[in-house]
Amino acid sequence: MRTDLNVARMLEDPEFKKLTRQKNRVSLILTIIEMIIFFGFITLLAFYKPFLGTKISGAITIGIPIAIGAIILSWILTGVYVFWANTKYDAMVRSVRDRIGG
Amino acid sequence: MEQTTIGQANITSILFFLGFVVITLGITYWAAKRTRSTSEFYAAGRSITGFQNGLALSGDYMSAASFLGIAGLVSTRGYDGLIYSVGWLVGWPILTFLIAEPLRNLGKYTFADVLAYRLSHRPIRTAAATGSLVTVLFYLVAQMVGAGTLIKLMFGFSYELAIVLVGALMIAYVLFGGMLATTWVQIIKAVLLLGGATILVALTLAKFGFSYGALFEAAATKYGDKILQPGGLITNPLDAISLGIALMFGCAGLPHILMRFYTVPDAKEARKSVFYATGFIGYFYILTVTIGFGAAVLVGSDVIMSIDKGGNMAAPLLAEALGGNLFLGFLAAVAFATILAVVAGLTLAGASALSHDLYVGVIRKGVANEKEEVRVARMATVGLGVAAIVLGLLFKGQNVAFMVGLAFAVAASANFPALAMSIYWKGLSTKGAVASIYTGLFLAVGLIIISPTIWVDILKNPVALFPLKNPGIFSMGAAIIVAIVVSFLTKDPGAEEKFAEEKLRSYLGIGAE
Repeated sequence: MRTDLNVARMLEDPEFKKLTRQKNRVSLILTIIEMIIFFGFITLLAFYKPFLGTKISGAITIGIPIAIGAIILSWILTGVYVFWANTKYDAMVRSVRDRIGG
Repeated sequence: MEQTTIGQANITSILFFLGFVVITLGITYWAAKRTRSTSEFYAAGRSITGFQNGLALSGDYMSAASFLGIAGLVSTRGYDGLIYSVGWLVGWPILTFLIAEPLRNLGKYTFADVLAYRLSHRPIRTAAATGSLVTVLFYLVAQMVGAGTLIKLMFGFSYELAIVLVGALMIAYVLFGGMLATTWVQIIKAVLLLGGATILVALTLAKFGFSYGALFEAAATKYGDKILQPGGLITNPLDAISLGIALMFGCAGLPHILMRFYTVPDAKEARKSVFYATGFIGYFYILTVTIGFGAAVLVGSDVIMSIDKGGNMAAPLLAEALGGNLFLGFLAAVAFATILAVVAGLTLAGASALSHDLYVGVIRKGVANEKEEVRVARMATVGLGVAAIVLGLLFKGQNVAFMVGLAFAVAASANFPALAMSIYWKGLSTKGAVASIYTGLFLAVGLIIISPTIWVDILKNPVALFPLKNPGIFSMGAAIIVAIVVSFLTKDPGAEEKFAEEKLRSYLGIGAE
């Protein structure tokens, strides 16, 4: 078992601090983007129905690509996160773990 | 269109279904030999890969109700059905960004493990298990009643026979095969459902020269431009936002979804699995929307509604029109398999809350050997399975569609705030978390009882005491405020001290099981 002293030392490690800061920032920014996408869509539905009903090509309305786009964009955002985590985040975790042990 | 054979026991559907049962029981037999320890029973020995778990997660989430229901909604109400499918997906990114990895690093089998990491075990496990069980039970009742009704519609079996059949098979999977069998049932079902829906979409689009434009044109020609425009689904913006909040944050509070993250070896696989799952689910919703529009054009909403007012038979009718009896039989069997897989996952999540959190964590104060815990988990499985059958029979003919929404509201209000705050906020105290869970739980359930959904539609009162159909915004908001206020009033130095260690494990995976 690690000692308390060890835990305290690891928490004060500048690289660990940087890692948690970056992880929280990425998670928060992506969460906010997703919320803007979804609640933005709901706002359009609630207040700008005629806009969503605007025809763009033949009978197709702009609401259709917007809704399908919200689905695809949600998936792309999870992809962005996973890509960032697989490349940047995991490398930072490895480096901190190698250096301070654990 | 010619006369449909939906509602008659069809030999192809029964053969397909028997094939599914034989294969899944074979898997259960294979899994039973590998299911002895707790980690095997609850978490498939952490042997599932990220890709496999992605399929299994999507299998847990793509219920028969969403397959038949969304297609039906689109076929009868057009664009409004599409809005639903967006709403059901947006919880997954939130789950990815905030919960999946810390959950995997901090817990063992249930999300209550994460809360109990630094909060006092007995009160927090009791509260978290209560939140889990209530979520699971509402979801389970909705699935069972839906199962009885849909199977009756498609196969012509009696409602009671359908419920008992589903209940018995689901108990067999979970009881003998634990998480390993449940996961593989889920994976097979997800592949069948995605494959079946893909074929149906290909057959549909073939009628329109593989052009979505032509499909939408045909829909607009038949029903007018309004089918491609938002209709009356969203009238009250606050209600829509409240429902949206429940859907968005409820996903990250569903016990049967959260439990899946313990089946993979580490946080990296957990993260990958949500990416795959989100992709599969998003693809599936796009397919169901296409099926809905296809059914509206090729079958006709009048025909669909003449068979089932809710439109639930849109996809089977389209399958029959395009692929004949054989394809209808296949799709009906897939819908049956879907119901089975979802209820099995729910039952396992409920059983682990009963055995791991309540029995071992609370009653035995954390000391129980593996054999005893697995035995209790198996007893809990049988108990919950029987309860699901009895509740399914009791609620026959009742309108239970609101229960899925309620399960999401409870998950978003009782489970999610406490879970997320325990991971990210040092100041959260045991009393704060416990108070937050019960506040979210009672407000979500209480407000929905006095909302138009139950007070007016079911209890037939003239005016609702609470104006919104979904309580999410208030119940979740109150749960967060209560957690903060109570935590400031009841400082928990022990819990704050352990936050340091929790942080190392949460971010770095040091000491994760």
